[in-house]
Amino acid sequence: MNPLQNYLLLSSLLFSIGLTGVLIRRNAILVLIGIELMLNAANINFIAFWRFGPNPSALTGIMFALFSISVAAAEAAVGLAIILAAYRHSRTTDLDQMNSLKG
Amino acid sequence: MTLSFIVLAVLTVAGMAAAMGLRNAIHCVLALTLGFAGVAALYLQLGAQFVGLAQIMVYVGAVAILAVFAIMMTHSPESAKSPVFSSHWVMGGVVGMAVFAVLARTIRSNPLCAAGMPPQPEASVQQIGDALMHRYVLPLEIMGLLLTAALIGAVVIAMDRKEEMK
Repeated sequence: MNPLQNYLLLSSLLFSIGLTGVLIRRNAILVLIGIELMLNAANINFIAFWRFGPNPSALTGIMFALFSISVAAAEAAVGLAIILAAYRHSRTTDLDQMNSLKG
Repeated sequence: MTLSFIVLAVLTVAGMAAAMGLRNAIHCVLALTLGFAGVAALYLQLGAQFVGLAQIMVYVGAVAILAVFAIMMTHSPESAKSPVFSSHWVMGGVVGMAVFAVLARTIRSNPLCAAGMPPQPEASVQQIGDALMHRYVLPLEIMGLLLTAALIGAVVIAMDRKEEMK
């Protein structure tokens, strides 16, 4: 096991935790947090590949991680606003009860 | 595998697993901040100081606070009694574990991952600023536009429409 593999395994574990949370939680806010966990796992990959890659002086991995963090922040703000609007409409954040599109 | 990596990895995974598994949503967000701080420490350990500090400011400082506010604004007494996991939780767990198994198998068998430990690259704040102002200036401008649009959009979506009708 070399260092890069350790970081990749850690990030895939975090990704799986986030994915499992997205699939099994009922609270819409925690589903959004699960998406944040998956984005964080991707960021760890960017930084790890920058650190152990062949050309770290180009700073590509750092730039990717910085832009990815900004997009994640924008996504969290809009996502939570949408959840608040949906809560005002249906008075619940329980995803199993938001089934008005179900046939 | 160094001791610091093991400690940080265990801390991060424990925080994030607790964030997805605990019953009380506020406790979930508190565990989540622990996980985010662990990820920031991993960035620092990898030599990316600026990204680590940005992670603390954006995730621990902003996203977690935002999530706490959203949870408090949508809290209802019935939600404390209803089950935590959805009715399809077995399916979700199986899918999550299958994804991890596939990823772990690929990572372990990949010959590209066989490189050793290269010397610590340098990424000072000055270098990052230089790159942002020269090579990545267009993405930076687009990011500013995106953040402005997201800010306005979030306010418009979350605004209470009853105020307008008066």
